[in-house]
Order: sequence, then C-alpha cells, then structure tokens
Amino acid sequence: MDIKLNTENVELRKTFPEFGAGDTINVLLKIREGNKERIQQFQGTVIQRKNVGSNGETFTIRKISDSIAVERIIPIFSPSIERIELIRKGKVRRSRIYYLRKRKGKLARIKEKI
Amino acid sequence: MSGLIGKKLGMTSIFDTSGRSIGCTVIEAGPCFVTQIKESKTDGYKSIQLAYDEKKSKKTTKALKGHFDTSKVTPKKKIIEFRNFKDEFSDKVKLGMKINIEDIFNENEFLDVTAISKGKGFQGVVKRHNFGGVGQSTHGQHNRNRHPGSIGAGSTPSRVFKGMKMGGRMGGERIKIQNLKILKILSDKNLIYVRGSVPGSNNSYVVLSN
Repeated sequence: MDIKLNTENVELRKTFPEFGAGDTINVLLKIREGNKERIQQFQGTVIQRKNVGSNGETFTIRKISDSIAVERIIPIFSPSIERIELIRKGKVRRSRIYYLRKRKGKLARIKEKI
Repeated sequence: MSGLIGKKLGMTSIFDTSGRSIGCTVIEAGPCFVTQIKESKTDGYKSIQLAYDEKKSKKTTKALKGHFDTSKVTPKKKIIEFRNFKDEFSDKVKLGMKINIEDIFNENEFLDVTAISKGKGFQGVVKRHNFGGVGQSTHGQHNRNRHPGSIGAGSTPSRVFKGMKMGGRMGGERIKIQNLKILKILSDKNLIYVRGSVPGSNNSYVVLSN
C-alpha cells in the first residue's frame, strides 16, 4: 500500500479547484472559539505549493492586510478547511514566486491568465 | 506480555480531531499465526510462539517445515516467542490460530515497539555520546573541534577506566520505544498508525507489545 498519499485524501483533493503559484484564492477556514464554530475567510495570492503528492502537502498564501503582509501556510488536507474558491488565475513563470515578497504596489501585480 | 510481529512501512502524517497534524509511523501488524504453545508443566514457563510474513516453501529448511506442519501453518519468515500472553487469550489459544491486530490492540491505547535500529557505522563521541566537542574553534585551537578531550588522569591511575565513552560502532542494536499512542487501526489492511517514530529502516521487522 502507498502510505505517502491516503486514498481518502486523493478523493478530498478532487473537491478543490486546481490552483498553483500566482493564483488568487479564497480559503474558508473553520475556527473554533470555545464551543462555537465560525468561518474565517482568507483571500490572497498563492506563493507556493509544497510536498505535492503526499499527505503533508501545504500551500502558502499571502495577502496585504492594512498595509501589512500576512502569509499563512495551510496543510491542504487539513480538516479545518471548509472550502477553497478560485478567484483569479495568475500568469507567472515560476512555481514559487518568492520575489513577490520584495515587491510593493504596482510592481507586485500579477497578470491574469486567460 | 502480549503482542504481534509487524513490519515498519514508513512515516506519514494524519490530522487529529482538533485539526493538528501529527507525525506517525505506519506498521503492518500481523496477521500472526500460533506455531507453538509452551506450558509451565512441559517447558518450565508459559509462552506462545507467533509466526509472521509468508515465505516460499522451497526456501524453508526441512526442520522448519516440520515445525510449521505440526501447527498446520504455511512457512513464515519471522518467528518470535511471547512470554505470558494475555490472560483471556491463554485459554482460547490453539495451534495454528490466526491473531489479528484488533484481538490485542485498541485505538487510543499505548504500546511498545521493539526493533533493530539503523546502523550508523563508526561514529565519533559527539554523535555517539552527545559530547560537546572541545571548546572553541578560535584562539589558537585549530583541529580538535569534535574530539573527546581528556580521557583520564596521568600516572595515577596510569590506565583508562573501563566503560570510558569513546568513538565506535553506533546503531544496529535492539531498541524498545515505550508508550507510543495508537492513533488509528485499519483492520482490513492490517495497518496500525502509531504516534511518533520507531527504530529501524522501512520494511524491517518490529515487535509490538503492550
């Protein structure tokens, strides 16, 4: 048996839209506060996907929140993900767009892939 | 001690109920077959001998074949004896009986894993005994960063004490890791997910016990 990727995770992956570096996505995360559960949205640009094809696959998502850049690393098979929405496809040449961290304003734009 | 023989398949991670990712080892445990039952009357002590992992009959010696024939079990690669097997089991156990994971282990319980650790070859004192190495790498000191330093006094006792920690062969020894939590049991595939790491390389035999 292949233990690197569980069969239930293969099924789970099919429910997500295909996305990669440069794409803008909206992640709906389940947050537990005491006994209450609510949904928090995190919308931003995907910088990278790591360890693709394993149970430990993660993606890094970056957004500018009140002029402060925030990055989150989220395990893609995490049970706290409610849904992932693809908002915009980006046209980039690299699979890991770290250069975005050094850029501000107009330079940090990514062309849309049509 | 009751237990099972298994095979370490490798490591992966799963999520617990609160959504945290936990590193775990996947072990194929059993099914094991009872090949011999020792009684205190005949053998001086009570134990059960288990066999695991299918083996070609062609590659089995005649002596072993005879041993497997008495319990009507097909030849197996690994045979291990467990002393004082679970009490509720000892009455029911019969020769040739099949023992599965769920007969012995339950989820969220703890078990011990025994295996032969990976051989590391000849290692120095820093890796083998967690020495700190010799102090600084500047101020005139030039080539003794990972050395043991002094190994004793001079004229008295004019010898090195036995058991002094030095470099040498490391790894490849029998190690038991205690109290590993069972996270998940897939009884249809004979798989057991155990929290944390387990000694030995992938596809090597491990002994699970509780």
